[in-house]
Amino acid sequence: MDKTSQDLSRLPPVLEGHSSGGRLERVLRAGHFAVTAEIAPPDSADAEEVYQRAAVFDGYVDAINATDGSGANCHMSSVGVCSLLTRRGYAMVMQVSCRDKNRIAIQGDVLGASAMGVANILCLTGDGVQAGDQPDAKPVFDLDCMSLLQMVSSMRDNRQFLSGRKLTSPPQVFLGAAANPFGPPLDYRPLRLQKKIEAGAQFVQTQYCFDLDLLQAYMERVRDLGLTERCYILIGVGPMPSAKTAAWIRDNVPGVHIPDAIIRRLLGAKDQREEGVRICVEMIQAVKEMNGVHGVHVMAYRQEERVPEIISASGVLGGRKPWYPGMKTDHI
Amino acid sequence: MYAIRRWSVRHARKLEWLYQRFEGVLLFLHPIWLWLGYDRIEKPIRATEQFVKETMFDCKMCGSCVLSQTGMACPMNCPKELRNGPCGGVRAHGYCEVKPDMRCVWVEAWEGSQRMRGSEKIQLVQPPVAQQHRGRSSWLREIRRKRDERFFSSAGSSGG
Repeated sequence: MDKTSQDLSRLPPVLEGHSSGGRLERVLRAGHFAVTAEIAPPDSADAEEVYQRAAVFDGYVDAINATDGSGANCHMSSVGVCSLLTRRGYAMVMQVSCRDKNRIAIQGDVLGASAMGVANILCLTGDGVQAGDQPDAKPVFDLDCMSLLQMVSSMRDNRQFLSGRKLTSPPQVFLGAAANPFGPPLDYRPLRLQKKIEAGAQFVQTQYCFDLDLLQAYMERVRDLGLTERCYILIGVGPMPSAKTAAWIRDNVPGVHIPDAIIRRLLGAKDQREEGVRICVEMIQAVKEMNGVHGVHVMAYRQEERVPEIISASGVLGGRKPWYPGMKTDHI
Repeated sequence: MYAIRRWSVRHARKLEWLYQRFEGVLLFLHPIWLWLGYDRIEKPIRATEQFVKETMFDCKMCGSCVLSQTGMACPMNCPKELRNGPCGGVRAHGYCEVKPDMRCVWVEAWEGSQRMRGSEKIQLVQPPVAQQHRGRSSWLREIRRKRDERFFSSAGSSGG
């Protein structure tokens, strides 16, 4: 490995009161409105493809989520994607799903990831194997998102494996979880977020938001429970390419709630793809105004190239330019 | 059986009361179990436990029972075996993402827990299942744990 790449993957020191040396945590703790985006891992063994897909977001996002077999479909692993992108200095959110790995494998990955310069880990249960392209696979689910959060936070804070065996150097990571404010049982969802925070979640990224009324009700309860003081909340958004796709996602992707009004609006538009982008921009602007929302997480599946214009149009970054490789200054 | 399992959740409060009485009796008889030897009684007690809990809860004998904390809905019936609440994939009207004909185990658990005295216990973070306890009696493990706890007078809670 050459010298420059070594330097880039080495994280800055952990500030007082922080858990990681990563930029995402710094941005959030500084009170900025954060933007994260999801990278589509390639069905390929070519590193160049990963670099190209990441470069699309340059200057517009504070961190990139590397998905871990999302939708139970096989792609390049989140460990692999993070390993490549941390070499270039990108701030990564490594997603870890409980579907494919047991506790032994996951603890090993957490140590490896932290050593590579991954500062953020997102703990997920994961989609069931039936959702993906290989439904005959064995579902592992040795842990669930909650016990995973607890395990990784204990590795960091108590410097030990789940077994109690000591670590010589703990993983300094900022811990995230997913939240779905739009899935039943709706009245339990805020309490579930509370439970995730108890288990160690420091930030959450939500499922796609297309229903502001439901989100408003959820956030009200979350604020009443005092959770917005204990955890950073990033709302999931994304452009729908067409009414047909939106209807298909609503009916076939578990956990995504798209109201009929959105689908009707897409149907009535002259250019559905552009309308989808407009809806996404409006959604970002609306959630930014909500009390207790600290950022957005953009999932623009197969429309990643539209992310910069969506973020620009929404104006949520103000004058701030998130760091990207090649940027001269190192400030956030 | 699915229908009986749902009946159990609807009667979570009564079952909670019943189990507490039953556990009291088992604890009271601890000297007898000790005299007989816990290893020797494991087999018959386990068989009884399995029969009762399979009938009432579709129990999977995970050996780390948490029914008292999950509204009398056995979390091992969740296809992802989630022990800490519903995943994000619950379908509208509360059905399972993986088995569309089954009500989400955690939607049931939430409803059941609200009927119980210990309704707040659903918020306790459950550790992952200890795989070496699979197939063994939770009842016996629980009363031995409670017995030890009383003996050493330290705190903690779980059971079902």
